[in-house]
Amino acid sequence: MSDKIKFLMEGKECTGKPGQSILQAADDNGVYIPRLCYHPDLKPGGSCRVCTVNVNGRNMAACTTPVADGMVILNETEELRDLRRALVEMLFIEGNHYCPFCEKSGNCELQALAYRLKIMAPRFPYMFPERKLDATHPAIFIDGNRCIQCGRCVRAAEEVDHKPILGFIGRGVAMRIKAGSSKGLAGVEIGPEDACVKVCPVGSIIVRETAYRTPIGKRTYDHQPIGSDIEARAPES
Amino acid sequence: MNEFVSRIRERNMKKLVIDPVTRVEGHGKVTIIMDDQGRVDRTRLHIVEFRGFERFIQGRPYWEAPVVVQRLCGICPVSHHLAAAKAMDLVVGVGPEELSPTAEKMRRLMHYGQMLQSHALHFFHLCSPDLLFGFDSPVLKRNVLAVAQEFPEIAKQGIFMRRFGQEIIRATAGKKIHGTGAIPGGINKHLETADRDAFRKDIEQMIEWAAAAVGLVKQVHGKNPTYFDNFGSFPSNHLSLVGKDGALDFYHGTLRAIDDQGHKIIDQVDYTDYLRHIGEEVRSWSYMKFPFLRKLGKKLGWYRVGPLARLNTCDFIPSPLAQKEFEQFRAYTNGKPNNFTLHYHWARMIEMLHSAEVIKQLLADKDLTAGELLRRGKKRGEGVGVVEAPRGTLIHHYKVNENDQIKMCNLIVSTTHNNEPMNQAVARVAGQYLDRQQITEGLLNHIEVGIRAYDPCLSCATHALGQMPLQVELENSRGEVIQRAERGSGA
Repeated sequence: MSDKIKFLMEGKECTGKPGQSILQAADDNGVYIPRLCYHPDLKPGGSCRVCTVNVNGRNMAACTTPVADGMVILNETEELRDLRRALVEMLFIEGNHYCPFCEKSGNCELQALAYRLKIMAPRFPYMFPERKLDATHPAIFIDGNRCIQCGRCVRAAEEVDHKPILGFIGRGVAMRIKAGSSKGLAGVEIGPEDACVKVCPVGSIIVRETAYRTPIGKRTYDHQPIGSDIEARAPES
Repeated sequence: MNEFVSRIRERNMKKLVIDPVTRVEGHGKVTIIMDDQGRVDRTRLHIVEFRGFERFIQGRPYWEAPVVVQRLCGICPVSHHLAAAKAMDLVVGVGPEELSPTAEKMRRLMHYGQMLQSHALHFFHLCSPDLLFGFDSPVLKRNVLAVAQEFPEIAKQGIFMRRFGQEIIRATAGKKIHGTGAIPGGINKHLETADRDAFRKDIEQMIEWAAAAVGLVKQVHGKNPTYFDNFGSFPSNHLSLVGKDGALDFYHGTLRAIDDQGHKIIDQVDYTDYLRHIGEEVRSWSYMKFPFLRKLGKKLGWYRVGPLARLNTCDFIPSPLAQKEFEQFRAYTNGKPNNFTLHYHWARMIEMLHSAEVIKQLLADKDLTAGELLRRGKKRGEGVGVVEAPRGTLIHHYKVNENDQIKMCNLIVSTTHNNEPMNQAVARVAGQYLDRQQITEGLLNHIEVGIRAYDPCLSCATHALGQMPLQVELENSRGEVIQRAERGSGA
């Protein structure tokens, strides 16, 4: 078996390694596929579907589909762009995302993705759900209003921190993240250094009293759109 | 149908409505009731906006308050940002004297930058058409575009001074509007040296233009001093923060209130104790509350805040050019409090000059570009923060639970303090200029000029939810009330 996989991405010849997902191979080739639930340190979740690409004519999640020889992949079609916009818009209307005062603003992947996808306003009506805050822990705070149910924290707790302290309750639109204790966060061992805290892409799991410490202008996405770091990896043609 | 309306109908009165009041921030309306002889019977300034910050901030983590609550306003968000930050400093156990020098000076720079831009906006963009063209000049002329056409140099100075102030805010808070600079216990950045150097280059020009603006007000006044002095004027109490030594201070100090003769009603009051000294009355016909000094009661305890009040309460201004102007200002009323409504403009421009001078002083300070940003102390469950906003004294009060969530918020905003004075001004102007007159648009603008002097920010002032009286009346085609629903209108 060859150690190189050849595939076409947007008509460009690319190479990948066996065992890589389409998303990982695209990253190595400097092609940014939008994503939310994916995190490089975790097994793919495949839940948000924002990384959907067209593979040989079929739409598939780039984070869970292994890259294979001869694949013809499209990433930037109008149909895919609209699909991604719709998914991100649904995340916005399903929660209560007030970017103007959110402490994650400027560092938030959901917000950055909305900017990258040029979303001006969601096409769906806001649901304004009643979501709870878990403020019982001395160091960590969960704001359910901003959770997008990506599951990164649940996977990180299991795979990296090796303590399954977070999980989901409910189904569908009623699904919520919850600490695995009747006392909420107060009943679990969690701290600012835990991976499950650090991987939150939005302002849902936050470390107390660190808000707004980074001035505007120095935040992750203040000057470069999300994905710019991946695009910078593109080999010179 | 309320008593106000029924009287109009019974006595065949005429109701004049100015809606909206223009060239102010926010939305309000004025009603003037005139009898069949054309005499002014009663006037009211109604605030018809409705908001809810005090309620929806409940449950949010305390550190969000400075960033959320500033969204009450797009003109002076820095005041709310800083008042909330000062309150939250106390929550994280850092008293006003315990902030690091860098944090205190960066916040001051932000605040004085805001004072400069807000005063410039009000004077040049909103009021200069009245002052330069006359209160009853053609309506099409009473706007900043006409000023730019006929007095291009003045308009240019106004725009550039506002821009300078806004740039100061950007450099200290991160954004011109709704930044994040002040955080509980300090500030999140130093001043970049490139920004500092750019400001240093322009500051002398700002001071020169601000001094010219004071001259312009004096020139307008000098054309007809009696008219200018008497326009909508009335004696009142005055309230503001003053520095420890009695100096004019927009960022920090203690509360002082004086009566119309200059006698001190309260002095050196720690503002965290404001509830003992200031009460708020609710009236059924406005979404804006009516604050009063408890010592004097609801009827006599109302007072003015803002530039006029500040120059009446302070002992001196700690910058040379503004102090010189202040001495003239005080001499005009023989050292007694100045109760002339239109002198707000004079006081405002002296403050703008002072702001520019303070900015110059601060820009020479090395603490802005280096030094400790944040401090922490022993946490507490309550904090009060007060600053002098461009429009007057601004009070933020929060209680926080053991989980860091806000459980109570009370805001008394500058324009709210001026509620009764603005109503007084409307009544005076209506009595002076509308009584038994053929009502023209120009005459109605006189009423707005009286309100505008206070530079009201009505959207700031109607932030509360929960205790506001809401009255809904259903009338039939003959104007008779068939159903009425009312929610709490107690004090």
